[in-house]
Amino acid sequence: MAMEQVENRRDFLMLATGAVGAVGVAGAAWPFIQSWNPSADVLAQATTEVDVSSIAEGQMITVPWQGKPVFVLHRSAEQIKQAQESDGADLPDPAKDNDRVQKPEWLVLLAICTHLGCVPQGVGTGEFGGFLCPCHGSHYDTSGRIRKGPAPNNLEVPHYEFKGDSTLVIGKAAA
Amino acid sequence: MSKSLMEWVDERIPVSDLIKSQATEYPTPKNLNYWWNFGSLALTVLIIMILTGLFLAMHYKPDAALAFDSVEHIMRDVNYGWLLRYLHANGATFFFIVIYIHILRGMYYGSYRAPREILWWLGIVIFFLMMGTAFMGYVLPWGQMSYWGAAVITNLMSAIPLVGPDLVTWIWGGFAVGDPTLNRFFVLHFLLPFVLFGAVFVHLWALHAVHSNNPVGIDVPHKDTIPFHPYYTIKDVYGVGVLLIVYLSFVFYAPNFFLEPDNYIPANPMQTPAHIVPEWYFLPFYAILRSIDFLGSFSKLAGVLAMGGSIAIWFLLPFLDRSPVRSFRYRPLSRRLFWIFFIDTLILGWVGYNPADATVLDGALPMITIGRTATFIYFGYFVLLWAITAFGIEKPNEVPKSI
Repeated sequence: MAMEQVENRRDFLMLATGAVGAVGVAGAAWPFIQSWNPSADVLAQATTEVDVSSIAEGQMITVPWQGKPVFVLHRSAEQIKQAQESDGADLPDPAKDNDRVQKPEWLVLLAICTHLGCVPQGVGTGEFGGFLCPCHGSHYDTSGRIRKGPAPNNLEVPHYEFKGDSTLVIGKAAA
Repeated sequence: MSKSLMEWVDERIPVSDLIKSQATEYPTPKNLNYWWNFGSLALTVLIIMILTGLFLAMHYKPDAALAFDSVEHIMRDVNYGWLLRYLHANGATFFFIVIYIHILRGMYYGSYRAPREILWWLGIVIFFLMMGTAFMGYVLPWGQMSYWGAAVITNLMSAIPLVGPDLVTWIWGGFAVGDPTLNRFFVLHFLLPFVLFGAVFVHLWALHAVHSNNPVGIDVPHKDTIPFHPYYTIKDVYGVGVLLIVYLSFVFYAPNFFLEPDNYIPANPMQTPAHIVPEWYFLPFYAILRSIDFLGSFSKLAGVLAMGGSIAIWFLLPFLDRSPVRSFRYRPLSRRLFWIFFIDTLILGWVGYNPADATVLDGALPMITIGRTATFIYFGYFVLLWAITAFGIEKPNEVPKSI
């Protein structure tokens, strides 16, 4: 009986010591793991301002934002029509064109294929009049929606706002 | 004098015993063929890689703004820098050639079978380490292929449910592949080969515990063995000579044969090259990744799982193969399956090399169809190998009683 008690106490102490040790190791590992996450200076590069007044209808520019490319497309009437008419099509990732733009003539897209992160080619390279990702053949339409190929989602629309008529601010300033 | 000195040492650390038990009296089957040279060849290439890598690291700068130029500095300004870099870059290619032959030899002669399962698994672990090291090394020159290869491969992690996107940001140290990514990849590329070296040591430890398999695939009595040294050391050295002739021919006469021209363009995060391809040694697995595109929004995760699974399934080989006979030399059906598997892997590599939307036979046959079929056959090998051995479908030929 007494022996059993001693053994139970020893088991408990072993378990408790082990648990405290594991928590300690996890706590000590935390700073090392966190050191891999984006540093303060990387986080500070939150917004990019773009002058869009020189982009003619049907033209597109690529601007860097947080080290990533963003497409700014001045859509033509035909491209807008094409995008809106596809609202009812069989979309892998359903979304209305209206919900993806603030002004119909400006399409702002994070130019990173949702498959494996390649940069799709310019407007008109893919089927559906939109963007073709050269890496694995994903086709996006003139609203940046995935229509064909391995990518699972539409091209992301980053947070952006217009400051006046000609200045586009991409991103949200860090609080 | 030298004898008494050796005795003095042996009393303190038994070096002579180790040399005896592991080399001059280490029993090795007398019938090993040249396919058994590739283990020592792999070790040779690993040593060359570590040596050239160390000296390259003394001139290379792991900084997104300086990396590309520092590689050109190595090529143009550093004394014999071109030689060090071409030895290292082509060394990666020959490391994979040698290792693939080493793995296929193990598959053909049943070297994964009991009692060598742990030896086999350690080999797969080494192969995973090797792929990680090779991938991160390829990022370091910071050319277009480096950058976009890194982007595609790190993005594979984003397919993991829930934590995927955060994990990718964590690996990048930013919102895209960039300077922090390059810096940590350099450190890991420096570190991992030493981890790999440690794993090789354990691999050899496991080998020396169970001893070498042989082409006949039967357990060998002591009378049919010969000491590793000098018989196999001399044969291994001969193999190293042959390897060096081929390897150095590329280094000196076609150093860019295996390299991509696009990687001589500095990395540009704003533009993906029109046709990105991984290094040749990843092509079959890349083709498997791309072949899974018919599962809608599940395709990405499934592709990643299929790619990982295409190597992880090797872990199961000791359990899948139920034949009473180890060596495929006496297993007619298994042997045929093996060669189909081998050719299928080459086809997968060819599919991986071609653009995703390519076609053959004037558009009659899309590349993706070939890729899917070849992926199916790749996994089919493992299922069929199990089926024909578990249900006694294969009737092995008579196995010799001795070698």
